[in-house]
Amino acid sequence: MAVDVAVLGRPARASRRAGAPLATGLALVYLSLIVLLPLAALIWSTRGGSFWQDATRPEAIAALKLTLGISAACALVNALAGTVIAWVLVRDRFRGKELVDCVIDLPFALPTVVAGLTLLALYGPGGPFGIDVAFTRVGLLFALLFVTLPFVVRAVQPVLLELDTEMEEAAASLGARPLAIFRRIVFPNLLPAILSGVAMAFARAVGEFGAVVLISGNIPFKTEVSSVYIFGQLQAGNESGAAAVSVVLLAISLGVLLAIGAFRHWRTRHDRV
Amino acid sequence: MTASRLGLRFAALGYLAMLLLVPVAFVFYRAFEHGFGYAWHAVTTPEALHALELTLLIAAIVVPVNTVVGIVLALALVRGNFRGRGVLNAVVDLPLALSPVIVGLAFVLLYGRGGWLGGFADHGLKILFALPGMVLATAFVSLPFVVREVVPVLREIGTEQEQAAETLGAGELQTFRRITFPAIRWAVAYGVVLTTARAIGEFGAVSAVSGNIEGKTQTLPLYVKAQFDGFDTAGAYASSVVLAMLAIAVVVTLRALHPKEETPMEEAT
Repeated sequence: MAVDVAVLGRPARASRRAGAPLATGLALVYLSLIVLLPLAALIWSTRGGSFWQDATRPEAIAALKLTLGISAACALVNALAGTVIAWVLVRDRFRGKELVDCVIDLPFALPTVVAGLTLLALYGPGGPFGIDVAFTRVGLLFALLFVTLPFVVRAVQPVLLELDTEMEEAAASLGARPLAIFRRIVFPNLLPAILSGVAMAFARAVGEFGAVVLISGNIPFKTEVSSVYIFGQLQAGNESGAAAVSVVLLAISLGVLLAIGAFRHWRTRHDRV
Repeated sequence: MTASRLGLRFAALGYLAMLLLVPVAFVFYRAFEHGFGYAWHAVTTPEALHALELTLLIAAIVVPVNTVVGIVLALALVRGNFRGRGVLNAVVDLPLALSPVIVGLAFVLLYGRGGWLGGFADHGLKILFALPGMVLATAFVSLPFVVREVVPVLREIGTEQEQAAETLGAGELQTFRRITFPAIRWAVAYGVVLTTARAIGEFGAVSAVSGNIEGKTQTLPLYVKAQFDGFDTAGAYASSVVLAMLAIAVVVTLRALHPKEETPMEEAT
C-alpha cells in the first residue's frame, strides 16, 4: 500500500505544493541556526594544535573513562531492571498498576537537578536510612539510573504488548520451563527493543549533567564525569580544553545514534517477517 | 510460576520505590517539615519568584516556536521528497543524545568573544548571560519532542485522505487544517507537553550560557542549585517541590492524552 501511495501521490503534490517547500525551508534554516551552527562553531574551535593535548590531559582521560564505565554499568542495570519492570507492567495484574505505569514517566518530566537533589536528600549525609553514597561512584550510578529509567521500559513495553502468548502457551504445553520459554521465545522477540532502549539510556547517561552535579561531588579522578569536567573547564575559562573533550563526547553520541538507527531498522525488519 | 511472578513483581516495585517514589516523597517531606508557611515563604522570595517567572517566560517563547517547527519538520521527514532526509533525521535526534553542557558550550563559543556571531555583543545585543542565549539553548535541547511524537502518527495515517481533499479542490492550508492536523493533534499535544517539561527543567545548557546571575538570569532549576550550594537547603527543597509538582502535572497530562492518541490510528484503518 505504501508503494502505491508514493507512486500516485508524488507528481500531483509536487506540482501543487508551493507553500510546503517554503515552510520546510524556513524550518531547515531554524534547525541550522539553532542546532548546526553552534555545533559547527564548537568543532571549528578545536582546529588549533592543542586539540590532542587538551583531549588527553590525565584528568580528561580519567573523566572520560569513568563516564563510559559508569554509563555502561547504568545501561546494563537498565537492561535487566527495565525488562523486568516492562514485563510486570504488561503481564502481571495487581491493584495500582496504572499508577505504577504513570510513575515511569516521572524521570522524563522531573528537572534533572531536582532528581539529583531528591537522591541526595535520601541517600546523602543525614539521610533517614543511614545510607550515604554522596560523592561516591555508587551515588553517581543512582543518579544515572534515576534519569534513564524510562528508556528500556518504554521501548520494551509496546513490543511485549503486541507479542502473542500463543507461542509461549504452546511451549509450556510441550513441557518447557518458564525460564526456557523466556530465553527461547520471549527474549529473542524483545532483544531489538531492549538494545535500542539500552542505547538510548547509555547515550543519556554519557551526557547527563544536572542529576550528577550535586550527588557526585565532582572529585577529579574519582567522581568527575566528562560533562562535569567540561563545565568546570568552561567556568575556569579554558574553552579549548572544554571543547576538545566535548568533540570526543559528540563523536561518541553520534556513534550511539547510528547504533540506535541500526537497532530500529532491525526491529522493523523483524516486524515485516 | 506464581512464586516467580510474585518475585518479579516485588523486584520491579521495590526498584521503583527505592529509586523514584521514596526519594521524591522524601523531598516533599523535607520541604514541609518546618511547616507549610515556611515552605511558602521560601518559594515567594523575590529571587525565587523571579526565577519562576523567567523559567515560564523561556518556556512560553520556546514551546510555540518548537511546536510549529516540529510539525513542519515532521511533515518534511515523512512526506518530503528530497535528498538528505536521513541526515535531517539524525540532526533532529542529535539534541536527545548530546550532553546539555556541550550544547551550552557550543553557544558560548558561537556568541562569545571571538566567536562567529560574537559581534552581536558589540552592537548592544547581549546574547550570552542574557535571555536570548537562554532561549536559544532551551530551544536546542527541546527541539526533538514534537517531531518524534508526530512522525509515527503521520506515517500511520498515510496520504489517502489528503489526496482526496486535494482532488476535491482543497487548498494546501485547508487540507492541513481540516485533514492532517486533526489526525495528528494528540501527538502534537503529547509533544508539546514533553517540550514544556524539558524547557522548564533544563539545567546544563542554560547554566552554561546564563552566567547564573541571581534575580536576573537564574531560572528555577538554577535557583535550586544555588540555594543548595548556599546551604539554604530548605529553600532548595521548597523550590524543588514547585518543580516536582509541575512534573507531576506533566505526567498526569501525558496520561490523560495517552488513550486519545490512538484515535487517529483507528480512524486511519
